[in-house]
Amino acid sequence: MSSLQPVIGLEVHVQLSTATKMFCRCRNRFGDPPNTNVCPVCLGLPGSLPVANCQAIEYGMKAGLVLNCSIARFSKFDRKNYFYPDLPKNYQISQYDLPMCGTGWLDADVHGERTRFGITRVHLEEDAGKLVHDNPGGESLVDLNRAGTPLLEIVSEPDMRSPEEAYAYLTTLRQLISYLGISDCTMEEGSLRCDANVSIRPQGSKTLGTKVEIKNMNSFKSVEKALAYEIRRQTAAVESGEPIVQETRLFDAATEKTSPMRSKEQAHDYRYFPDPDLVPLTFSDEQVARWRAELPEAPGARKTRFVTAFELSAYDAAVLTADRACADYFEEVVRAGAPAKPAANWIANNLLAKLNEEQRSIVTCPITPVHMAAMILMVERKEISSTNAKNDVFPELFSSGKPPADIAAAKGLAQVCDTGQIDLWVRQAIERNPDSLASLREGKVKAAGKIVGAVMQASKGKANPALVNARLRVILGTDHGITLP
Amino acid sequence: MTETVAQVLAALRSGALSAREAVQTALDRIAACEPAIAAFLAIRADAALAEAGRMDDARARGITPGPLAGLPIGVKDLICEHNIECTCASRILKGYLPPYDATVIARLRAAGAIPVGRLNMDEFAMGSSTEHSAFQLTRNPWDTARIPGGSSGGSAAAVAAREVPFALGSDTGGSIRQPASFCGVTGLKPTYGRVSRYGLVAYASSLDQIGPMALTAEDIALTLPFLAGHDTHDSTSADMPVPDYAGELCHGVKGLKIGVPKEYFVVGIDAEVEHAVRAAISQFSHLGAEVVEVSLPHTEYAIATYYIIATAEASSNLERYDGIHYGHRSASARSLPEVYAKSRREGFGLEVIRRIILGTYVLSAGYYDAYYLKALKVRTLIRQDFDRAFNQVDLLVTPTAPTPAFAFGEKMNDPLQMYLADIFTVSVNLAGIPGLSLPCGFSKAGLPIGVQLLAKPFAEDTLLQAGHAYQEATDHHRRRPPLCGGKED
Repeated sequence: MSSLQPVIGLEVHVQLSTATKMFCRCRNRFGDPPNTNVCPVCLGLPGSLPVANCQAIEYGMKAGLVLNCSIARFSKFDRKNYFYPDLPKNYQISQYDLPMCGTGWLDADVHGERTRFGITRVHLEEDAGKLVHDNPGGESLVDLNRAGTPLLEIVSEPDMRSPEEAYAYLTTLRQLISYLGISDCTMEEGSLRCDANVSIRPQGSKTLGTKVEIKNMNSFKSVEKALAYEIRRQTAAVESGEPIVQETRLFDAATEKTSPMRSKEQAHDYRYFPDPDLVPLTFSDEQVARWRAELPEAPGARKTRFVTAFELSAYDAAVLTADRACADYFEEVVRAGAPAKPAANWIANNLLAKLNEEQRSIVTCPITPVHMAAMILMVERKEISSTNAKNDVFPELFSSGKPPADIAAAKGLAQVCDTGQIDLWVRQAIERNPDSLASLREGKVKAAGKIVGAVMQASKGKANPALVNARLRVILGTDHGITLP
Repeated sequence: MTETVAQVLAALRSGALSAREAVQTALDRIAACEPAIAAFLAIRADAALAEAGRMDDARARGITPGPLAGLPIGVKDLICEHNIECTCASRILKGYLPPYDATVIARLRAAGAIPVGRLNMDEFAMGSSTEHSAFQLTRNPWDTARIPGGSSGGSAAAVAAREVPFALGSDTGGSIRQPASFCGVTGLKPTYGRVSRYGLVAYASSLDQIGPMALTAEDIALTLPFLAGHDTHDSTSADMPVPDYAGELCHGVKGLKIGVPKEYFVVGIDAEVEHAVRAAISQFSHLGAEVVEVSLPHTEYAIATYYIIATAEASSNLERYDGIHYGHRSASARSLPEVYAKSRREGFGLEVIRRIILGTYVLSAGYYDAYYLKALKVRTLIRQDFDRAFNQVDLLVTPTAPTPAFAFGEKMNDPLQMYLADIFTVSVNLAGIPGLSLPCGFSKAGLPIGVQLLAKPFAEDTLLQAGHAYQEATDHHRRRPPLCGGKED
C-alpha cells in the first residue's frame, strides 16, 4: 500500500564556533582535559551570573538571515528547568516564546529539483556537559568543558516527505551554516546534531499522525537510514491496525533500527520562565541591516557566478562551491594569477582527491594558493610538462610545501624550449629511425609518433612536446621534402 | 567614640587609629557581644588582623592606603568571599568554599575594607526573623528575647551591637530595611541594578540587591560608592554614574516634596509605630519639606505578587543544590533520583522547601498564566503606582514594618503572619526603587522603630540627603542598646 505519506520534521543543534562560551568567558574548545575550560558561571556555582556572548548572538542572527527567517527586534532568554547531572544549574538557558528568529525557509536540490522546506524557528541556548560512564570505580563522572557552549537550535516545519528530502535538507543546511563560518558542522564530532520527528498519514490527509521522535543519529547517512526504518515500521504498524505510540526512539547504527528509549513515563514540565539574570535582547533595524550586509555570498549565488565569471562547467562550479573554504581556495588561486579553467581542473581533480586520500580538510591544505597558482602557470607557460607537474611537482608540493619552481629545478624538470637543441634531437631521432622516415614518405602519419617518442626519451622528458611536433614538421619538409597533412 | 564608619575612617586617616587597632576593637566587641547576640556564623580573627597589619606596614612604608583602609566589615553569609565558607545559613552549603570574590567584596577589599566574619541570616534569605537559619538564633541587641528581623538579622544585630561599624546585607523583600528597623540601625536597599549581584547567592534574581547597613545615613553615603556601579559580570547592573553621595549629603530636605501613601497607614499597623512614623513625617515638614498624601492603589496585592514572583525564581535558582557538584550529598542515597531527593530534603530547611514548592507550583503547566503571569502584570501595575507617585513627589515616607521586633517563635508556626512583616517593604523590590530605613523612635518597651524613605530609581542621593538631615535633627540613631551599656554616644 503506497497510500500512506511520511511526514518528517528535523530539529538540528549546531555548536557555534565562538571564541568563548555562551554566557561566560571560558574558552569554547573541544578536546581539552576534563573540567579545564570552566569557571564559576559554567560550573553553575552559587552567586555566579550569565552574561550573553555578543558573537554568539551575531552568529545566530546571521544563520536566521541566511535561512530567510523573520528577525526579532525583541527577544529574551528563558530557563528550561530539569534535573540532570550534566546540567550544573539544573536549568538550561534557552529561548522559549520569543526566539531570535522566526519562520523562514531553505531551498534544497532533491533529485535535481529545487524544493523549498520551511523553518519554524532558530534560537540560541547553552549546551550541557558530558557524563563519562564506565569508569574503573564504577562511578559516573561529569566533564563540564562543554557546558555553556553556544548552541543554535534550528527547527524545521514538518515539510519533508522522504528520507531523501530530509538528507537534502540537512546537507543544504550544513552548507549554508558552514558558509557562514559559524560552526564546524561535523555530525561525527557532535558540532551538528539532529533529531527527527516522524509520523505517517493517509495520502492527501491534512492532519498529522502521531509523531515519534528519533534520537541518536550520528551521521547524515544514519538520519536517512533511521528515517527509512521508522517509516517502514510505522507503515507496517498502521497497515496491520496497530496504533502508533507517541514516544522517543533511539537509532542503533549497528542494527539500523530504532527502539523505544527507556523512560519514566512522565511528561516533562520544563516550567519555562524568563531568565531574570539576563536582560532582554533588542535589535535595531540598522544592526540587522549591518549583519545582513556582512553575510558571505550564498553557495548557490557563488556557483552561478563561477559559471558566468570563470566559464566553468556547472559540474565544476558545484564541486568547487560545495564547501566555502574550497571556493575561497579556488578564488585565491585565480587571484594569484592562475587561469580559471586549469585552476578548477587542478583543484577538483587533483587537490580534492589528494586531500580526501589524506583525510585532510582544505582549510589545512599544505599547498598555499600562491604555490598552486605558480605551478599551474609553469604548466601553462610550458616551463614544465603537465605530466611532470602531476607526477613530480604536485606530490612534492603537497608534502614539502616548497615553491614549485624550486621543486622543478631540483628535479631538473624545466622544459626545453630551445629550438636549436630540439632541432638537434629531432635530426638525431630521424637518423636513428629510418623505418619511420620511410613510413612517413608513404604517408603513414602515425610513424611521426615514434620519432617524437625518441626525442622525448633523448631529452629525458624535458623537451616541450608541442615544440617537438612543430620542429619535426619543419625538418621533415626542409630536410626530406615530406609535408605532413 | 569611634563607632560609626565616619568616625572610624577619620581616626584611621589621621593615624589616631591603626588598621590593626580598628580590627582588634571590632574583634573585642564581637567577643564581648557574641555570647548574647550570636550575629556571626564565622569570624576570621587571625586573617583579618594579618591583613590589617599588612595595611599598617604598607602605610608605614609610605604607600597610600585605600579610602576604606582598615575598616572592619561584616558580610552576610550569602555573599561569596574567596575560600571563605559561604553557607547561606543552610545545611546544604555547609563547608562550601567559593572559588571567587563577589564583585562587592572585590571592590570593598580593593578600597581597603577588612571583612571580619560571616553574618547569620534566614536560610537563603527566606524569612523575616533570622529564625530560619539552620545554625543559630541571632538575638536582638535591644531585647535578647526578641528576633533581630530578617533575613539580614545578623548584619543588623552586629551593627546595632557596635560589633562592626558596617555590614553588608541583601534585600529581596525587605531583608535589609526590616531588620534595620528592628535593630535601630540605618539600612539601604539600593535601586535594582545599582549594585552588582555577581557573587550574591540568588534567592529571587529580579528582586535581590546587596546593600549597606550602618549606624547613620552618612555612613551609608560614605560606603555606597564602593558597592555601586556597573559590573561586566552582571548584565542587570546599571551602567550609570555613581554620585559622590557623601559630598552631596548637606542638601537637606528643604523644598522637597514628600508623599505619604495612605495605603500604608491602614493595615494592622501598631499604634506606637504609627505614632513614631507620624512624628518623623512632622520632623521632615519641620525641616522644610512639603508633605502631601499620595495613593499607591495596588499596595494590597504586593504580598501576593511578591510571594509568587520570588518563589518562582527561587524554585529555579535553588535547583543547583542537588548533591552532585558541591554541598550536602545524602549518605543514604542509592540512586540518582535519591541523591536529588534526599540531599535536598536533608539539606534544606522547611521554609526553603515551602517556597520551592510554592514556586514550582506557580510555574507549572496549567498554573503559569493564573499565577506567575498574572503576578508579572500586577508587578507592572505596582511599578506604575510608584512612577505616578514620583511624578508628584520626590520622596515617599512609610513605616518600615508594621510592628517593632517580635518575640522568638511568635510567627514561626504561621507563615502568613511572618510574610506580613514585609508588607511595607516588598513593593519596593517589585518596583526596583531604592528604600532607606532610619531609626525614628522607640516603643514604650524600648524597641526601635524604623521609618522608610523611598525614592525613584537611582535617587539614592536624595534618600541619603533626607536621611542625613533627619539624623542631624534627631538622636534615635545615637541611642545604644542596653547590651552595649549607656544610652547615647
